[in-house]
Amino acid sequence: MIWKALYPGRRPFAARPLNDVNLGYITMPFDDPAFWRAGAISTTVVMAIVLVMLTIDSLEAIAPGGSHVPPFTVVNRHIDYVHNAKLGRDMPVVGEDEPLFGKAVNSPEAEALIAQGKLVIQSRACIDCHTFMGNGAYYGPDLTKAWLDPAWEAWVAITGAESREEAMVRFLMAPDQYATWQRRMPNLGISRDEAVATVAYLKWLASIDTNGFPIHFGRIKVSE
Amino acid sequence: MSRSKNLAVKYLTAAVLLFGVMTLSGLMSAVYYINPDFLYGLLHFSVAKILHIDTMIIWLLMGFMGAVYWFLPDEFEREPTGILAAEILFWVFVVTVLVVAGIFTFVQWGPGTETTLWLFQQGRKYIEAPRWAAIGVALVMLVFAWNVVGTALRARRITGVMAVMSVNMAPLVLLYLIAFPKIDNMAVDLYWWWWLVHLWVEATWEILIGCIMALAMMQLLGTSRRIVEGWLYIEVSLVLGTGILGLGHHYFWIGTPDYWLGIGGFFSALEPLPLLGMVVHAVYDAGVHRMKTSNRPALYWTLAEAFGNFLGGGMFGFMITLPQLNLFAHGTQWTVSHGHFAFWGAYACGVLSVCYIALQERRRLVTVNGPGWVWAFVLLNGGLIGMVGSLLVAGMAQAFFERAIGGSTLDAFIAGQENPWFKLGMYSRFGFGLMFAAGYLVLVWNLLALGRREVAVVVQAMPAE
Repeated sequence: MIWKALYPGRRPFAARPLNDVNLGYITMPFDDPAFWRAGAISTTVVMAIVLVMLTIDSLEAIAPGGSHVPPFTVVNRHIDYVHNAKLGRDMPVVGEDEPLFGKAVNSPEAEALIAQGKLVIQSRACIDCHTFMGNGAYYGPDLTKAWLDPAWEAWVAITGAESREEAMVRFLMAPDQYATWQRRMPNLGISRDEAVATVAYLKWLASIDTNGFPIHFGRIKVSE
Repeated sequence: MSRSKNLAVKYLTAAVLLFGVMTLSGLMSAVYYINPDFLYGLLHFSVAKILHIDTMIIWLLMGFMGAVYWFLPDEFEREPTGILAAEILFWVFVVTVLVVAGIFTFVQWGPGTETTLWLFQQGRKYIEAPRWAAIGVALVMLVFAWNVVGTALRARRITGVMAVMSVNMAPLVLLYLIAFPKIDNMAVDLYWWWWLVHLWVEATWEILIGCIMALAMMQLLGTSRRIVEGWLYIEVSLVLGTGILGLGHHYFWIGTPDYWLGIGGFFSALEPLPLLGMVVHAVYDAGVHRMKTSNRPALYWTLAEAFGNFLGGGMFGFMITLPQLNLFAHGTQWTVSHGHFAFWGAYACGVLSVCYIALQERRRLVTVNGPGWVWAFVLLNGGLIGMVGSLLVAGMAQAFFERAIGGSTLDAFIAGQENPWFKLGMYSRFGFGLMFAAGYLVLVWNLLALGRREVAVVVQAMPAE
């Protein structure tokens, strides 16, 4: 019925009566633009409906607390990234209590930290040098699992900090002073509060199940 | 000449100028990879990068709009509805682009507040423009849509090509609204961001350029409307049939469920099909007419568009679209290689083709030919293919050494970037970038000088017709 409404012409698979011209073959009206128009409309409608259905399901999975994205309060916990032999891919694992700067935050506080962290990320256009989940620019390293980067151990010593999060904050506030490679991050005037929120954001980001991207992060060291 | 065509020429001129800004900022971006101290503390990589990708979007958009305003009066045999608003908004658009470019260059960033998002920077790739500017762009798009749809309604008749274009205006405008909200959850943010980026670029833009190329083919080769429209509908069903769920290839690693690996992989693997169709169509039509046309550069740029779209968008995209390989290639220079080839092939070549079509009519040239355009064509395409090849080498090295072996940490990232093959790729990309820039200069010279000396001959010939 839908097809008839879209294309009132000959039915696509209708057998034609045998005559000298068509020799009885089942023919389709390929030469009629209206036939293809009906095809274009029906394909688009079907695909759009499927996309909407998948979107509803996906948005549920990626909401904080959904099946793939932990709630923002995950910043109070230890986060690891391990290979899941059963699924055959790397997955984040949320562990024991390990609050940022030793101070646990409640749900509204965590939400505020994440909101502020995202504002810092957007206002400094981090994504135009770095990538998040592989999306962005490729001049700086990917930040999806930056919280888990083994390099921070060295940065704790370099910045004279007492913890990974403090080292990250000190670096973010004055990246030009702690340059270790030819490509230096510029000083973007990030305040302490902004740096703390950004670190919280990166910690939460590392806890998202990204289907195994990036693969075996930090498990194989590369010598210089 | 009609007001719509005058406006078209303005848009095409602005597009070609912004194409220059894109080329220059692209060259600058390439320099940072070779010399990281370049302009350090003054103008960082991200600024050059933002200028490069944003002007790319804007010049192509302006090019499309120019093309549509050019063909609109021919299709409907009347001035577009609301042409005055379009004429005013052209200048609003230009001023907005200039002010935003100034902000990106001199202000660069702001504190982490909503005010920054409104005034200076939204910091989302491709849609970095602050909200006030995004409102301006949305307004321009809205009036553009009104011009197309309103004219069709007023004319009380519609051609198949214009019907497709009119329907396409709705997603073109609606999807742009994703440029506004600040979404805290990165997974959700990227989910919708890809609706804008993928469904604009790989769906609505493909259809818009498909319509433009259909109109161009009718003018260039005199292909019959029936054939062109039949093909256009096939294109639409294939582009949207594969492209809507092909969106899934961007949902592999952003936190979305793993069914996207299968859906995205399958449908995006089919995405080259419509592009192959375009090549078949273009080659067939050009062959039928034995490449006979009065406008050779326009025909060659149309063919470059068909091949570039298929190779750059289709094949280079296919190369990295299956999740098993994308796990390693994602977010590397390999993606950049595909991106450059795809945008160039799918859109830039088409806009340049329309520039030559418009020039022929505007300068009343019986034929358009000569050595100038050939030089531009060879230098631009040669430079582009060279850059794409260089980035491919660099990207493959990065995928293997940083992702596959190194595990994507900071150390692995540095190891990949310091890899000799990667560095070789970066140097050769810059070299081919210079070649491309030379091609751009020849193109501009050719567009300016084309037919200037022949005008007298043409005018003399006219009374005899």
